[in-house]
Amino acid sequence: MIPVHALLQVVDRQAPITGYTTYIVFSIIKLIIVFTIYMLSAALLTLAERKISAWIQGRHGPNRVGGRGGWLQPAADGVKNFMKEETEPGNASHPLFSIAPALSFVPAMLVWCVIPFGSPLPTPWGRVDLVVADLPVGFLFILAIASLGVYGIVLAGWASNNKYSFLGGLRSSAQMVSYEVALGMSTIPIILLAGNVTMSEIIRQQSHSMWNVLNLTTAFVVFFVAALAENNRVPFDLPEAESELIAGYHTEYSAMKFSLFFIAEYANMVTAGALMATLFLGGWDIPFTGWDNAAPYTVLKTILTLGCFLTKTGFFVFVFIWIRWTLPRFRYDQLMSLGWRVMLPVALGYIAVLATTLLVLQAIGIHPGPVHSFILLMENICILLLLFVMVDEGRIVSPAYGRAQQARIVRLRARSASRAVTEGAGK
Amino acid sequence: MSMDNFGLFYQFHFYLFGIIAIVSAVTFVTRRSPVAAAMWLIVTMFCLAAEYVMLDAQFIAAMQVLLYAGAIMVIFLFVIMLLNLGEASDITDVRGIGGKLLAGFVGLILIAEVGVLTRTGIPSGKYVVARDFLSQQLATYGAVGAVARPLYRDYSLAFELTSVLLLVAIAGAVILGRKESSSAR
Repeated sequence: MIPVHALLQVVDRQAPITGYTTYIVFSIIKLIIVFTIYMLSAALLTLAERKISAWIQGRHGPNRVGGRGGWLQPAADGVKNFMKEETEPGNASHPLFSIAPALSFVPAMLVWCVIPFGSPLPTPWGRVDLVVADLPVGFLFILAIASLGVYGIVLAGWASNNKYSFLGGLRSSAQMVSYEVALGMSTIPIILLAGNVTMSEIIRQQSHSMWNVLNLTTAFVVFFVAALAENNRVPFDLPEAESELIAGYHTEYSAMKFSLFFIAEYANMVTAGALMATLFLGGWDIPFTGWDNAAPYTVLKTILTLGCFLTKTGFFVFVFIWIRWTLPRFRYDQLMSLGWRVMLPVALGYIAVLATTLLVLQAIGIHPGPVHSFILLMENICILLLLFVMVDEGRIVSPAYGRAQQARIVRLRARSASRAVTEGAGK
Repeated sequence: MSMDNFGLFYQFHFYLFGIIAIVSAVTFVTRRSPVAAAMWLIVTMFCLAAEYVMLDAQFIAAMQVLLYAGAIMVIFLFVIMLLNLGEASDITDVRGIGGKLLAGFVGLILIAEVGVLTRTGIPSGKYVVARDFLSQQLATYGAVGAVARPLYRDYSLAFELTSVLLLVAIAGAVILGRKESSSAR
């Protein structure tokens, strides 16, 4: 029996919640709200993707179900997927075949437990922090859970007993392991700057100085690219490359099982967007004002900061969709070479550079503040310019007169040809 | 918020995860299909991570999931699939009745050992810490600091030496791998 009096006690609205009953009740309420919003946004995103792609390609997009806007299209798709027949290939491993869609969806959802999505809400039972669980290892929890996302795809590929699915699964495991290293390494500068791994501390540090996207731009660039690769989005969608693998790891899936993979992709996108918003754009922090982080918390502040957080997340999701309908797909060797030869060295090098800078700034007495952030920003601009010139190899920066020399082109061609011979057999 | 405050709730989950870990470990050993075995090993690792959390060692728990379940097992699966070992029944190496009896005997000895150890008192001194030592460390230094401080202060030499050892092992593995592939060509 839940002790009712615990819920009826009147306490200071600004003080943190005390008592386990209230704590557990509020945790359950937060879980339900987060889950509902999350599923709803994943469903709406399927529509958003089709609408945005139509807009980019000069088409109308869905405009039949639910008026001109096609607002009920996700519901219609859902009903269709429930009515369809479920197929399962012969000799498929049944338990793994069934569990794979869930395994690809659940990790994306679990990450939301530790992402704070608004300033604390004052209630008659005390102050409620708008995060399901502010774990002491918050940030490492995200990395740990995100690293499990690969199982769904790999097992789907293996259990289907289909060579195209299998190739998709193999590709995705190699790709995700490669980019996970760069992803993890690009987040270490955040920890260096915040001095803590809890998410609330990372947000507080950003709202007190400057957003990490300006402090740690290089890390942000690496994180963004690695997050795209982890989500298997274009230009990194080799696990499901339609032109070569039919549909990759979900070739053999139909009805709701396929739909779950589909939802998982959008769920992963929302999670990645929320992560970038939290780690690099200050989470729920409203820019250019300290008003929202100050002590007397009100309902208005909560609503505004929640809106701010959703806007930032939505922005990144939009960029993901925008990229998908703009860029072509990588070749497999380009993908691997980008991951290991560019992303990882840049992430590692940046950790060393940033650690040195922070030590020097500490030694000469510049503490976190505007000057501190300005120096970090200048450093980042220099690194990014250098990086751009190196990766670009004279194709965009100076196309008129700075083309690669003939000897270099010959060498590059010879290298890619030899690689195709020696490594082509292994893939 | 310490786990001690939950009492029965805590006890129940501690034993629940322990039992799941043992059962899935046994299943892991007895599976014939390598992929199924790998999946059961992942379940075991998850349960161990849960046990670490309940022992207030959250950093170790996160690392358990991140490194073992998230990285090492993915590579395992990758290799199993890449080798494509064929029919599960062809590659099984479950020994005959003699091997099973021997394994059971060794297992019994281990259980007896645990039983004896729980009855023997550990000599008091610097090896025994207070009951709430870990939660105190967590409160003072945070989840990462509690591990990082002793690692980089008291045992920094041993830690660095271990990293050198690992580096040598990696270099050795690369050299061995290269030799084999060049002779195969």
